[in-house]
Amino acid sequence: MGAASFEQVQGPGTAQRLAVRGRLTIAHIADVVEPLRAIEPSGSAMAIDLAGIERIDTAGAWLIHRLVATWSAAGVPTAVENASVDAERLIAEVASNDFTVDTRPPVGNVVVARLGRIGAAVVGMTDNIGSFLAFLGHTMVVLGQTVAGRRPLRWNAVIHQCETIGVNALGIVGLLLFLVGIVVAQQGAVQLRAFGAEVFVVNLIGRSILRELGILLTAIMVAGRSASAFAAQIGSMKLNQEVDALAAIGMSPIEVLVVPRVLAMSLMLLLLGFYGAVMAVIGGGLFCWLALGIPPITFVQRLQEVTPLSDMVIGLIKAPVFGIVIAMMGCFQGMQVTGNAESVGERTTRAVVESIFVVIVLDAFFAVFFSAMGYN
Amino acid sequence: MELSPTLPDDADVVIRVRGLVNRFGDQVIHDDLDLDVRRGEIIGVVGGSGSGKSVLMRSIIGLQTPAAGEITILDHDTRSVDAIAAKDLRRRWGVLFQEGALFSSLTVAENIQVPMREFLHLPEPLMAELAGYKVAMVGLPAEAGPKYPSELSGGMKKRAGLARALALDPPLLFLDEPTAGLDPVSAAAFDDLIRILKQTLGLTIFLITHDLDTLYAICDRVAVIGDKKVLAVGTIDELLSFDHPWVHEYFAGPRGRAALSAAPKSVKAA
Repeated sequence: MGAASFEQVQGPGTAQRLAVRGRLTIAHIADVVEPLRAIEPSGSAMAIDLAGIERIDTAGAWLIHRLVATWSAAGVPTAVENASVDAERLIAEVASNDFTVDTRPPVGNVVVARLGRIGAAVVGMTDNIGSFLAFLGHTMVVLGQTVAGRRPLRWNAVIHQCETIGVNALGIVGLLLFLVGIVVAQQGAVQLRAFGAEVFVVNLIGRSILRELGILLTAIMVAGRSASAFAAQIGSMKLNQEVDALAAIGMSPIEVLVVPRVLAMSLMLLLLGFYGAVMAVIGGGLFCWLALGIPPITFVQRLQEVTPLSDMVIGLIKAPVFGIVIAMMGCFQGMQVTGNAESVGERTTRAVVESIFVVIVLDAFFAVFFSAMGYN
Repeated sequence: MELSPTLPDDADVVIRVRGLVNRFGDQVIHDDLDLDVRRGEIIGVVGGSGSGKSVLMRSIIGLQTPAAGEITILDHDTRSVDAIAAKDLRRRWGVLFQEGALFSSLTVAENIQVPMREFLHLPEPLMAELAGYKVAMVGLPAEAGPKYPSELSGGMKKRAGLARALALDPPLLFLDEPTAGLDPVSAAAFDDLIRILKQTLGLTIFLITHDLDTLYAICDRVAVIGDKKVLAVGTIDELLSFDHPWVHEYFAGPRGRAALSAAPKSVKAA
């Protein structure tokens, strides 16, 4: 038993014969396809002799069928000889389904396609902004109706989301902020030591963490954890027509899926932000005690003296706003999923990237705003 | 016994299942299940919802590791086969999943070419031609080739899935409810297609179905799964006289009778 091979012989008169041998199957034809197709038909007639074929499948039959078709079209009558019953049946079956198919959708002119893609991106972007505003408005209306008591609030869902967003994140957020507290204290100490002002490390920790870093880093962490989860959950439900099913039953997807997530997220980010700030202060305090010799009691006293309450309040005011933004971004991207699994991945990525981006931009606005208001 | 799920040892068997046990937690799906599939036959597998038809198929093709039992497929014992041989073995069967399971990021033509690219080194133009032929063979229009699965209807997805299953001309084909969810015209066309493929390519087909018309139209033998075992295997005529309440209800119930009266004359005469 061997791979496919062929031999060209001069037939009677000016006719040509082509004897094909071996296994003419998809696994074995790779070697003979190109040489067979390279043959220029010549003479008065061509005959393809299949007597030596051990096995043939649709790929082999296709090859033979195409040879016959191209050579006949080139003006040399071609016939298949000595084919087994199976081979004949296969060739006939293949011949009855002879048409060509494009593998990829048509691309067209390169320049036009490029311009088209730029245009589509611009349209897509404005479209996206429009859809997000519509989504925002829709959610606000539903939220308002819920507050007004005209729609039920899904307490079960809210509590469940609180657990996954908040309680389950305690470990990672706590550890991260604890480490950040240590790093801020350590780097601050190195710089302040040059002035002999190491004790001002407490000011640095208290003000930077309570006002900015605590909530910002917590929000970024939660955006990575939960905005992605929202987008993927809702996106999969969209693909599986679960969102359609909700609407068909008469349950508003916004009410069932989005509102509980938004409420839970804004509440949990407030609590997590406070918890994260406390953990960071503990980390910084620990570093001060162990490396700088500032005892905890002194650290706490000094912290009270140098950190105004307004820093704490400013930090916590931002938390629910960030929470709403993160939850809305995640849910919105989930709702935008269409078509296939790839779309879920793309939308999940966008949910994380865009929510972190918006959180940082908003944080900058808040910083400018509160400074302008005189809270320094 | 005539309707025994096992065939004599000297029969030409492609799939041999012995003493199969499948469990999910405490729930026992199969308990000491036996089944033989002859070379070149279309075997229909029927059974109530949740009776473990799909799990049986998944066990045979190695997607589900059984708790106990022995499965021999194309002369390979699935328990002892090593990873390289197992991959080689997968070239020799095609699987059509219930929803088609097309790769959503590839076009139909590219889906069909996936097994060709994975296992063979074929020239690009030939692969394109073969994909075109497969698209035509399963009765899809030429426009379907460059389309993505999300742009296709349910029936078209199944046809495309079948084309992918047939990409390497495997001798063995597994079909999980190929006609479920198709309109009667498409379903009948699908039955015809499977019969033609079996005749021209000499396939052995393992066919899970609820469709009585499909059973009458194309199956050589039918295996009934129930009570965690294969209850009986035989032609439909043989099963009509089989004394089991579910089997009786299945074939002699209103839908069974309707399908029988619509079946080809050869079945009715027997």
